[in-house]
Amino acid sequence: MIDLHFFVEIIPTLLSGLPLTLQLAGLSIAIGFALALLLALAQQGNHRMLVWPIRAFVAVFRGTPLLVQIFLIYYGLGQFRPTLQAVGLWWLFREPYWCAIIALSLNTAAYGSEILRGAIQGVPRGLVEAASAFGMTRIQTLRLVVLPLALRQAIPSYSNEIILMVKGTSLASIVTLMEVTGIAQGLISQTYRAVEVFVAAGAIYLTINFTIISALNALETWLTPYRVRA
Amino acid sequence: MTDALHILSLGKGGWGGALLLAAGVTFALSILGFLLGAFFGAVAASGGLSPRAVPSWLAKAYGTVFRGVPDLLTIYLLYYGGSIALTEIGKLFGSAGFVGLPTFATGVLAIGIISGAYQAEVYRGAYLAVDPGQFEACKALGVARFHSLRLVIIPQLMRHALPGLGNVWQLVLKDSALISVIGLVELMRQSQIGAGSMREPFVFYLAAAALYFLIAAVTGSVFRYGETRAWRGMVHA
Repeated sequence: MIDLHFFVEIIPTLLSGLPLTLQLAGLSIAIGFALALLLALAQQGNHRMLVWPIRAFVAVFRGTPLLVQIFLIYYGLGQFRPTLQAVGLWWLFREPYWCAIIALSLNTAAYGSEILRGAIQGVPRGLVEAASAFGMTRIQTLRLVVLPLALRQAIPSYSNEIILMVKGTSLASIVTLMEVTGIAQGLISQTYRAVEVFVAAGAIYLTINFTIISALNALETWLTPYRVRA
Repeated sequence: MTDALHILSLGKGGWGGALLLAAGVTFALSILGFLLGAFFGAVAASGGLSPRAVPSWLAKAYGTVFRGVPDLLTIYLLYYGGSIALTEIGKLFGSAGFVGLPTFATGVLAIGIISGAYQAEVYRGAYLAVDPGQFEACKALGVARFHSLRLVIIPQLMRHALPGLGNVWQLVLKDSALISVIGLVELMRQSQIGAGSMREPFVFYLAAAALYFLIAAVTGSVFRYGETRAWRGMVHA
């Protein structure tokens, strides 16, 4: 029933999409994290002019499907080609690659900023007060006390978000990028062997996700040496 | 701007009606998928809680696979896998062409399987959050297992499950857009059709985003109402 030769044949083909999958995931997770941190910190100040637009951005990107976001950026903004050319941004929005990265980054920034905001607020108030009693500046408090604790606290939730992003890169195949899922779909329609292709492509994604989860678990344990994990 | 309003109007030549209808399909698809997922999730949760090795292993494998593999891949598996099987059966009865699976049913099944994997975790956690004394009290009173589940445990379990289920519902609603890839004319696909024929992608995708946002906001408040109701008369932090 299950044909091993077929697996041996399709796995290299599927793996040829792995660099693109990893690039899309890696770049958008990195850009998204930087943005998420900025957004979370900007909300700490409670300036209404700053907090309100960020809340709106977060609500919109969390409340609409990623696929709509990708289409809006790739096809939707393509409609404004003359304007984008005039401001010199057309090279960015012309490429499905960059559009996918922009959409994925903005999406994960919205989810990530909520995770980080919660983690920053979870840092005990007494620690911040102690830091200011020691004469630390606000930047020093942030860098030496608040962020190390908050980021460690955020690891479990953030690793879920990272997994969702790895899965999210598969949507790039709908805007013509041949990453692992795009190649898998091509193979299914050529060979009519949906189960085998699903198993092989699924195994690639599970391996990526398992590696990420193990690495982040190890990071968390390393940062929390005194806590014995259940 | 007047152009956009004209395109999206409900009247003749406007796409508003078609988009609203498609939003209805999205809603129906999501609800049915979510309910099917509740069934799969409950079965998987009871497997995960079972002390026996085989059910607990199966439940774990189900959760790991469908939460770890891209939803798009699962949708392709069900649609193409199912259609290929159906085509083979069709050949036995003398049909020559490719037989496609009905897209709405496939969509409901796909969302059911995917969301079931997430719902299983929610139910499992909620079950463990119910005070063990409640189970012991049922036993002490001699309530039959089925009755104690239905009358005592599940109502209390739902209190803990509702916030998690609300999250899964939001996930389901957004996932339903992926069913457009197999050709079901729901909100996403209808926007693509409109965007293509009017050459106004920005207007159509923006309208789709607004409708998804609206459905998510309204249904989200239903979940919040349910939560308040489930906790009525209880003091909790």
